[in-house]
Amino acid sequence: MRSCNSFARRLIIRDVHVPDGFINAPVSAVAGVVAAGAVAVSLRGARRELDERTAPLAGLVAAFIFAVQMLNFPVAAGTSGHLLGGALAAILVGPWTGVLCIAVVLLMQGILFADGGLTALGVNITVMGVVTVVVAYALFRGLVLVLPRTRRSVTVASFAAALVSVPAAAAAFTLVYAIGGTTDVPLSKVLTAMVGVHVLIGIGEAVITMLTVGAVVAVRPDLVYGARGLTAPLKLRVDGELVDAAEPAPVAAGSPKKLWIGGVVTALVLAGFVSFYASASPDGLEKVAADKGIDAKVEEHAAAGSPLADYGVKDVDNARLSGGLAGAIGVGATLAVGTGAFWVVRRRRTSQETAAV
Amino acid sequence: MGSGHAHKLYRHAHSPVHELPPHTKLAAVLGFVVVVVSTPREAVWAFALYALLLGAVAARARVPAGFLLKRLLIEVPFVAFALLMPFVVPGEQTTFLGVSLSVPGLWGAWNVLAKGTLGVAASVLLASTTELRALLLGLQRLRLPPLLVQIASFMIRYGDVITDEMRRMSVARRSRGFEARGVRHWGVLAKSAGALFIRSYERGERVHLAMVSRGYTGTMPVIDEVTATRAQWTYAAALPLTALLICLLGWTL
Repeated sequence: MRSCNSFARRLIIRDVHVPDGFINAPVSAVAGVVAAGAVAVSLRGARRELDERTAPLAGLVAAFIFAVQMLNFPVAAGTSGHLLGGALAAILVGPWTGVLCIAVVLLMQGILFADGGLTALGVNITVMGVVTVVVAYALFRGLVLVLPRTRRSVTVASFAAALVSVPAAAAAFTLVYAIGGTTDVPLSKVLTAMVGVHVLIGIGEAVITMLTVGAVVAVRPDLVYGARGLTAPLKLRVDGELVDAAEPAPVAAGSPKKLWIGGVVTALVLAGFVSFYASASPDGLEKVAADKGIDAKVEEHAAAGSPLADYGVKDVDNARLSGGLAGAIGVGATLAVGTGAFWVVRRRRTSQETAAV
Repeated sequence: MGSGHAHKLYRHAHSPVHELPPHTKLAAVLGFVVVVVSTPREAVWAFALYALLLGAVAARARVPAGFLLKRLLIEVPFVAFALLMPFVVPGEQTTFLGVSLSVPGLWGAWNVLAKGTLGVAASVLLASTTELRALLLGLQRLRLPPLLVQIASFMIRYGDVITDEMRRMSVARRSRGFEARGVRHWGVLAKSAGALFIRSYERGERVHLAMVSRGYTGTMPVIDEVTATRAQWTYAAALPLTALLICLLGWTL
C-alpha cells in the first residue's frame, strides 16, 4: 500500500489508465484486436532480435519498466512525476521487445492491480504501448540517421522521441475517444486538455529519458539498441599499423518489402475508412470562426481550387466517400515524396562511397 | 515488497471461489466486465444488482468489505476526472444545491463511475482469490501465447527483485546525504534508473545462461496442467450469466 501512502503525502502526476466503461464495447473490441495483432507481430520480431533469450530478457526488462514507473521524480515542492517508459524501452531494447514489455506491464497491471479496465486493455495497449513505442522509435531512428554519428546525437534523438511520443499517445487516445467515447465531453475540449497536459508530461518524460539513455550509453553502449550503429569496427594493430579485423558475418535482415507493403495497406485503410466514419462536424476553431462571423472576411485560400481542397475530392458528391478518397490519395502522395527522398539520399550515399573507394 | 512467495494482493483462504480453476475465474471476470460495459446507463437498478452480485461473490470468497474498499482506492485519480464532467459537458442544465450542472455530463459521470468501479471490484476479487502462479497458468490455458506467459512470469518473478534493487540504491543515495528535492536532482535519479536497467539486463543474461545450462531450449515444459470439470465451469459461469440476464432485462425494460 506504498502508493496509497505516498499519494496521501504529495501529489504524484501519473498517467491514468483507461477504465472499463469509458470507451464503448465495439470500439474496445476493435482496439483489442489491434493490440493482439501488434503483440503477435512483436512476438515474432522480438524472437528475431533475441531468439531463445526472449523470455528471460524481455521479462527482466518488463520488470525494470514496472519498477522504474515507481521511481518518483520531484518537480517542485509537493509535486512529482514518474516515467511512462515507452520511449525508453524502444530505445534501450528495440521496438519489438519494447512493445512486448509495455504490453506485459499493462496486462499485469490490469489483472493484478485493477489499474485500467479489463475491457479497456486493448485501448491501453494500443495507445500507451504501440503508439508510444512506434512514434518514439520512428522519430529516434530518423534523427539518428540524419544527425552525426556520435553519442550526443543518440541522447538528443532520445529527447525528441520521448517528447513527441507522449502527446502522440494523447492524440491517439482522443481519436479512440472520438470514435467510441461514451461521454459527451466536446472533442475539441478533450483534445486541448489531453494534448495540453501531455505536452507538459512529455517534457518531463523527455528530460528523464534523455538522462537515463545518456547514463546507459556512457557505461554500456553495447546494451543500447538504438546506439548499435555507433560502434567503430574492430581494428587490429599489426606491425604498428591498424588493420580491419575480420568482419562478422552480417545478420540476414528481414525483408523490408513486407514491412513497407504492410505499412502502406494500414495507412490506406486508416486514411480511407477512418475519415469515412469521422464526424463531418466542423472542428473547434472552424466552429468558433463560424459562430463569431470571423469567416465572413476570410479570403479564399490559395489552394482552395486544388482538387483536394478541404480534404474532399472535387466532383465526388458523397461527402464521406470523397473524404475517404482524399485520405487515400494523401497517403499515396506522402509515400511517393517520402520514397523519392529516401531513394535520392541512398543514391547519393552510394555514389559517395564509390567515390571514396 | 520482498514478502515470501505470495503477492500482497492475494488473500489466502479456503473457499469455493479460491478453489475454482484459474482459467474459469478469468473467463468469468472477463465475461462479467463485458456484460457490465454493454449495459445501458439509464438502467440504474441493473448496476445496483451487479454490485449485489459482486458482494455475494466476495462473501463466498470470505474477502472482507474493508479489504475490498481499500483496494478500490486505485480508482481515485479517475474519480476526480469523472467529477469534472458535469461542469464541462454542454447541454441541458439542472441546478443542484444552487450549482448549475449539465444533465448529459451527470449521466456520463455516472456511466464511467459505475462501470469503472464494478470493473475494478471484479479484478480485485480475482486477484485476491487467485495465486499469481495460478493466474499465469490460467492465462496460458486461455490460449495466451506461451512466450507472452513466460515473459509475464519472469516479470512477476523478478519484479520484487528489481524493486528491491531500486530500494537498495535509494538507501545508498540517502545514506550519502542525497535528497531529491526538485528538477536539479533528476540527473542523479536518471543515472540510478540507467544503472537499474544495466543490472536488470545483465541479470536477464545470467538467468538465461542458468536456464540454458539446465536444458532450456526456448519453451517451458508445462508440469502442472490445470483442468476444469463441467461442474466447475458451471459454478464459475453463474456470475456472468446472472449478469447477462440483468443486462438483457436492462435493455428491454
